[in-house]
Amino acid sequence: MKNYFQRLKSDIRFEEGLRACINCGTCTAICPAASFYDYDPKKIATQVQSANDEVIEALLKSDTIWYCGECMSCKTRCPRGNTPGLIIMALRQLSIETGFFVESEKGRQVLALKRILGGSILNRGYCVHISTMNHALHPEQGPVWGWIRDNAKGLYNRLGGNFEEEGPGALRKIADEDLKELESIFEVTQALSRFESIEKFSAAKAKSMGYNLTEKADDPYFQMVYTANSGKHKKSRL
Amino acid sequence: MISEGKKTLWNDYQKEIADDNYFYARSCIRQNFFPGAEKTFLKILKEELKKDVYDDPRHTTCTGIAYHSDVVSLETTMTVVARQFALMTERGYRNFVPSCITSFGIYTEIMELWEHHPEIEDKIRHLLFKATGREFKVPANLAHSSDIIYKYRNEIAGMSKFKLINKNTGAPLRVVEHIGCHYARMFPHKGIGGAEYPCVLSGLAETFGAEVIDYPERRACCGFGFRQYVIQANRGYSISCSKRKFESMAPYKPDLIITNCPGCPYFLDSWQYVISEMEGKTYGQKGQGIPVLTFEELSGLMMGYNPWDIGLQMHQIPVEPLLDKIGVEYQQDDKYCDAQGRTFGKPVIPEMIKIC
Repeated sequence: MKNYFQRLKSDIRFEEGLRACINCGTCTAICPAASFYDYDPKKIATQVQSANDEVIEALLKSDTIWYCGECMSCKTRCPRGNTPGLIIMALRQLSIETGFFVESEKGRQVLALKRILGGSILNRGYCVHISTMNHALHPEQGPVWGWIRDNAKGLYNRLGGNFEEEGPGALRKIADEDLKELESIFEVTQALSRFESIEKFSAAKAKSMGYNLTEKADDPYFQMVYTANSGKHKKSRL
Repeated sequence: MISEGKKTLWNDYQKEIADDNYFYARSCIRQNFFPGAEKTFLKILKEELKKDVYDDPRHTTCTGIAYHSDVVSLETTMTVVARQFALMTERGYRNFVPSCITSFGIYTEIMELWEHHPEIEDKIRHLLFKATGREFKVPANLAHSSDIIYKYRNEIAGMSKFKLINKNTGAPLRVVEHIGCHYARMFPHKGIGGAEYPCVLSGLAETFGAEVIDYPERRACCGFGFRQYVIQANRGYSISCSKRKFESMAPYKPDLIITNCPGCPYFLDSWQYVISEMEGKTYGQKGQGIPVLTFEELSGLMMGYNPWDIGLQMHQIPVEPLLDKIGVEYQQDDKYCDAQGRTFGKPVIPEMIKIC
C-alpha cells in the first residue's frame, strides 16, 4: 500500500506544516539539529513535496527523520509559514504506523521511548517520575540527584511536595480512578494499540538481529537501542 | 499621533492575562526537579497577592514529552488535554495556568487548531465523553505561570526584600534569560513580546534591578529535543546545544541564568556540571559555575524566602556565589535538612566546580 504521500496528507500537521516550500533554506540555517547532525530540513521539505512514494518510503526507513528536536524554531522563521518540524512529526507517525521505524538505528529508539514515557504516564500519571528514573542511566544529573533520590520523601515534602501520598502537591500519588481514566483515553484514542504495534514490530526486528525481546527493564535489545550510536550521524564538517 | 501609532504597533506584542481565579496544572519536569519552584509560585499568588489558585489532585500530565517524542498521537494528547479542561470546568474555573512551556505550547496549539477546525474539537469531545463521561469548556484565558508573575512583577518587586544588585559594588547583576522554545516560537502572539521582543523574563529581571545581557546565542535552544535527551545515545545533541550557549554567554560574565521552561534549567544546570567533569571547564567566575534559577525561584529569593525552602539545594551548580552577591543570608547546614531540621547528610561535592 504505497500511498504514503496521501497518508501524510491526512495528518493535519502535514497540511498545516507544508504549503509550498520555496527552498530558501531559512529553516536549515536556524535548525539546531542541522548544526550537529547530517540533517537538512529544507531537503526533507523538497523530498515530501515531490509526492514520490519511493522517496518518502526511504525517508520513513532512515535515521534522517529522527534527528529533529521539535524545538519548532523553523516555524517562527519560514517566510512561507511552513513548519518542517510538523512535517517531521507526520513522517514519524507514519514510520511508526508502517513499522519502518525499526529499519534505522534512531528509529528503533521508539521502543525505548514508548516504554519509558508510556509506562510512566500510565503508572504514575506523568511523563517523568523520580521513582522510575534510573540514576545509573543519567550520570549527567551529578551527585546531587543521587542525594535527592536517597532523601526523596523528606526533601520533597520540605519543598511543597506530597510525595506518594493522596491529595494535591508535587509528586503526589495519582488516584487509581484517575489513572484508569488516562488508560481509557489511551484505549479510545488507540494509543494502547499503537504501543502494542511498536512492541510487535520491535520484537520482530529484535529477532532478526539475534535478540529475544522481553519486558524486563534490563532487556538486552532495549539496552541496545537506548545506547547504540554508530557515530555516523554527525554533520560532515564537525 | 506618534504615540498612538506606537501603541497600535506594540499591541501585537501584548497578551491578555487573567487577573485572578486560576486552575493550575503541574509540570512533569518541574515537580520532579524544581518542586520548590511550584511551591513558591503558589505561595506568592495565594499568600502575597491574595489570588485564588486551585491545585487539583486529579489532574495529570498533558503527555507533552511523549507527544514530542512521537510515541503518542495528536488525538491522544488532545483528549488528555480535554480532560484537564473538564476538571477545570467542573471546579468552576475558566483561566488555565500550566507550569510548563511544553504544555503551554501544546494547549495553545490545540486551542488554535480547534478554533480553525471545530470538527476536530467535536471529535475530541466525543472521545473524551466515551472514555471518561466528562465534558468541558475551552478556557477563557490561557497563561503560563511566568505570565502571571510578569503581570504582577511590580507588586512582587514592591514587596521584595532584595534586588538583583551586587551588595558590595552597587552594580546591577548581569542576567542571562532563556524563555524556552515553545513559549513563543510556534504562536508568537501568545507570548509577551512575541518571538521578536520576548520580555516575560527580561521584564521581570529588570524590575528586580538587573542588567539583562544580549548575546549571540540568546534565543538558541537549550538542547532538550525530547528524544534527543531521553535516549542516552542522543545526548550529544543536547549537551552540544547547551555548550554553544555557554560559550556564547561566558564572555559577557553573567551572574545568573533565569529560565521559563522547566526543562531548560535542568539542562543548563546539569550540562555545566558535565562539561566541568569532561573538560575541566567552568563558565562562571573564579572556577564557579553560572547559577541557574527558575523565574519562581528568583521571585521567591527576592521576596526573602529561605533559599533552602524554595529548593535551591536541588541544583547541581551551587547558588551560594549568587546569594553572597545579593546579600542573602543562609545557613549552610540547613541546606541538607528536612522541614523539621533533621539532617540528611551531604551529597558528594564535585571537585571541578568551586562553591566560593
